[in-house]
Amino acid sequence: MATISVGGKDIEVDEEGYLVNLGDWTEEAASFLAGQDELELTDSHWEIINFLREYYDEYQIAPAVRVLTKAVGKRMGKDKGNSKYLYELFPYGPGKQACRFAGLPKPTGCI
Amino acid sequence: MSEGTIKKFMYVNRKPPYGTVYALESLEVVLIGAAFDQDVSLAFIGDGVYQITKGQSTSDIGMKNFSPTYNALGDYDITKLYVEQESLTERGLSVDDLMDIVYEDEDDDWAEKPSIRVVSRAELADVIAGQDILLNF
Repeated sequence: MATISVGGKDIEVDEEGYLVNLGDWTEEAASFLAGQDELELTDSHWEIINFLREYYDEYQIAPAVRVLTKAVGKRMGKDKGNSKYLYELFPYGPGKQACRFAGLPKPTGCI
Repeated sequence: MSEGTIKKFMYVNRKPPYGTVYALESLEVVLIGAAFDQDVSLAFIGDGVYQITKGQSTSDIGMKNFSPTYNALGDYDITKLYVEQESLTERGLSVDDLMDIVYEDEDDDWAEKPSIRVVSRAELADVIAGQDILLNF
């Protein structure tokens, strides 16, 4: 099992870089994972990451990207709930990439 | 995925939520299959009705309680959960023992509407007869 080292602590990740244990997540870990993708997290990124963590907390799944897009639109407005906005923030896919930064598993229903 | 005919898919859930992996597997297939924009419904028959009962706790069996995920089905445009009345009655259950699973109707100003439809065995037989594809779990 691969690990990443964040703040002096080793965190287990799977072969695709997703955290093995949700409880290992910290904001520092999110920033580290983003750094691996050469991204610097801004408030706009955090807004989506925190939204995903809340979604997981409530439903116990990471939403598929189209579900995320719709839910963001409902919560934060149409100017954010669209593919263009979300892909600009998370170029490798708002479902897969943002979930990875959020410490969630790969989205269910993401194919 | 706009081309192609829309088929009526029904996932038939017959097993209790824990003890076997059927219930969780069914739910995951439902969520993954939702990407294909088909006409999807779920049926809960026999011990399958326990999958959507309120107040599930798995802390003593060391398994994840995935029952909250049924509440996400509406987000995946899955809004038809048929529950067989006889199966509830035989187990001393009523619709009040089931989770309040709802969906938001986009065409009605996002009004919350119940997803659970309790139907008789005979009514469910008719619904099943009208399906193109049945998947049994």
